[in-house]
Amino acid sequence: MSTLEIKDLHVSIETEQGIKPILKGVSLTINTGETHAIMGPNGSGKSTLASTIAGHPRYTVDSGSITLDGENVLEMSVDERARAGLFLAMQYPVEIPGVTMTNFLRTAKTAIDGEAPKLRTWTKDVKAAMAQLRIEPEFAERNVNEGFSGGEKKRHEILQLELLKPKFAVLDETDSGLDVDALKVVSEGVNRAIDAGGLGTLLITHYTRILRYIKPQFVHVFVDGTIAEQGGAELADRLEEEGYDRYLVAETATA
Amino acid sequence: MTELTQVQEKESKIWSQGFIKGMTEEGENLSEINPETGPLGGSAAKAHSHGGDSHGGGIGVPDSSRAGRLTSYKLADFPAITGREEDWRFTPLKRLRGLDRVGIKGMELNGAAPVVESSTPEGVTVETVGRDDARIGSAGIPEDRVAAAAWESFSEATIVTLPAEFAGNADNVTTLTLTGQGDTPAASHIVIHAKKFATGVVVLDHRGTAVLSENVEVLVEDGADLTVVSIQDWNDDAVHASAQHVLVGRDAKVKHVVVNLGGDLLRTTPAARYNGTGAEVEMYGLYFADAGQHLEQRLFVDHSTKNCKSRVTYKGALQGDNAHAVWIGDVLIRKQAEGTDSYEMNRNLILTQGARADSVPNLEIETGMIEGAGHASATGRFDDEQLFYLQARGIAEDVARRLVVRGFLNEVIQQIKVPALEERLRDSVERELESSAL
Repeated sequence: MSTLEIKDLHVSIETEQGIKPILKGVSLTINTGETHAIMGPNGSGKSTLASTIAGHPRYTVDSGSITLDGENVLEMSVDERARAGLFLAMQYPVEIPGVTMTNFLRTAKTAIDGEAPKLRTWTKDVKAAMAQLRIEPEFAERNVNEGFSGGEKKRHEILQLELLKPKFAVLDETDSGLDVDALKVVSEGVNRAIDAGGLGTLLITHYTRILRYIKPQFVHVFVDGTIAEQGGAELADRLEEEGYDRYLVAETATA
Repeated sequence: MTELTQVQEKESKIWSQGFIKGMTEEGENLSEINPETGPLGGSAAKAHSHGGDSHGGGIGVPDSSRAGRLTSYKLADFPAITGREEDWRFTPLKRLRGLDRVGIKGMELNGAAPVVESSTPEGVTVETVGRDDARIGSAGIPEDRVAAAAWESFSEATIVTLPAEFAGNADNVTTLTLTGQGDTPAASHIVIHAKKFATGVVVLDHRGTAVLSENVEVLVEDGADLTVVSIQDWNDDAVHASAQHVLVGRDAKVKHVVVNLGGDLLRTTPAARYNGTGAEVEMYGLYFADAGQHLEQRLFVDHSTKNCKSRVTYKGALQGDNAHAVWIGDVLIRKQAEGTDSYEMNRNLILTQGARADSVPNLEIETGMIEGAGHASATGRFDDEQLFYLQARGIAEDVARRLVVRGFLNEVIQQIKVPALEERLRDSVERELESSAL
C-alpha cells in the first residue's frame, strides 16, 4: 500500500494585484485503494490543490508538505512526480501540434516504466483501452488533443490514466463539460482503473453528478482554501440537496 | 469553364508578444532592422499600377505589385540597396559582407566559387561550362541587385542535365556537394535541366565557409517530374544569397525544397514561373535559426498560365538571442491564369525568448476564374502549458521539448520522400536541438 500525505499545505499564486494565498492549511491523507472526492464552490482552491500536487510552476508552496510514502514530493520536478506514480487528469488538456497520440503515449509509457513497452502487447493494450472509452481508432494518428472536442479530450485523459497505471490519480473536474453519455463512458474508465487495484483516487468536482457513477469512501468539502467538512459518501448526498450555501453563509457570519 | 470566385482566406493567427523584438500590441514595428530608413519610403511608397505596361518585369520603375518588380541581367540596372526597399527591409545589410555593394567603391565578387563534387546516377550529366553557354539564362532573370551581381561575376557554371525520359527516383539521387572556399565574396551559377518526361531528384548540398552570391536555374521541361532540394548547412560564419529560378513546362511537376540550417546570414529567394498549362509546383522549406542567425526566405509563385497548381509549406524553429527568421510568400495570379489552384502556408515555432520571426504572405489575384487561392501564417511560442502537460506524463523536460520541435518540423521533412535525406535532416534537427539549452 502507498500513501499520499498532504500536511498543512499553504499555497499562493502571483497575480497582478500581488501575491494571493489560495490554500490556507490543507491536510489530507490518501491510501491506495481509496477514493476521495473533493467538492466545493468555485474559487475554493480545489484545482489549486490538484495543480500543486502535480507541480505546476504557477503555484508557490509557502509551507506544509506533500509526501508519497515518505518521499518529499515538493522537491521533485513535474516529470519526477509522474514517474513516482502521480497522475493528474487535467481540467483543460492542451493541444500539442506535430506529436501524434501514438508517439505521445509510447513516450510517456516508456518514461514512466523506465523501459519501452513491448510493441505487440502495447499496441493491443492501446487499441483495447481506446475501444472501451469509445475513442475512434483514427485518433491514434492525430496530434495530441488537436481539434478534439471537450469530451474527446477528457476521454483521452482517462485513456492515459488506464495505460500509465499510476499509484495516485487526481482527476481535476474531469466531469465538467461532459454530456451524460460521455460522463458514463469516462466514469466507467475511472472505475476500471480503480477496480484494477492499487490506485488511490482524488476526484475533484464541482457537481455531485459524477458521484452517482464513481462512489467515494471519503468526501471533503473545500471552502476558501481549507477543508470545511469531511465525511463519508452520505455527505455528497447532502450536498446534492443543499448545495454549498450552508458553508458560504457560515463564512459570511464569521467574517 | 465555370466561374469560381472562391478565395479561401484561412484565418491567420499572428501572435504578438511583448518579448518578440520589434513586435508591439499594435503589430509590427517595421523600421527595426534598418533603422536609418523608414519602411514606407522608397519603392514601396510609389504609386502602384495594375496596368499592362507595368507587368512582366523588364527595366522600369518597380511598383508595389510583385509583377512590376525590376528584372535584369545587368547589375547597373539596379540602384544601390538602401534597406528601405520592400525586399530588403528585413535583411541586415551590414552583415552581407559586401554582397549588396558589388560595383560600388571597387567591391567585387572575385573569390573562388565553391568546389563542386557530384555523384550522379548513370545517364545524368554534370558539366562545367563557360559563361557563353547557351543554356545559361534559360530559366531565370535576376530580380535583385545581389543576384544580378552574381550573374555578371561568375566565371564558370555547373549544368546538371537529366536526359529526356530519364527515370530517376529516390534511390538514384544526383547530389552536388558545394564546398565553400573561404570568406572572399564569390559568385556561382548552377543550372538544373530536366528534359521532357524526365523524373529525378537533385540535391544541392552547401557546406563549408563562403561569402557567396548564387543563381540557381531550374528548367523543367514538359511532362518532367523533378525534385530539387537545396540544403544550406554552412559553417557558422557563412553568408549566402541564393536566387533560385524555377521554370516549369506544360504538365510538368516540380518539388522545390529549401533547408536552411547553418550560416550567419542566409537569404534564399526561390521563384517559380510557369511556361505551360497544367503544371504543378510544390515548395517546401525548413529552417532552424539559432542565436544570432538571420535566415530569410522569400518566395514568389507567378501564375501566368491556365490550370496550374501551387502549394507552399514553410516551417521554422527559432531559438536564442537575436535568432531571426523571415518568410515572405508572394503569390501572383495573373489575369490570364484561369483555373489556378494555390495555397501557401508558413509556421514558426519560437522556442526561447529573444528570437524573432517575420512572416508575410502576399496574395495578388487578378482574375476570379480560379479554383482556389489561400494563405495562412502562424507564429507561436513554445508553450509552457505544453511542457507541463508532457512532463506531467513522466516525460523529462528536454525530451518533451524535443518531441514538440521534432514533430513540428517533421511535417516538412516527411514530404521530401528521399529516405536517406530525411534521415540526415532529422539528425540535423536533432543536432540543432542538442546544441541548444533545450
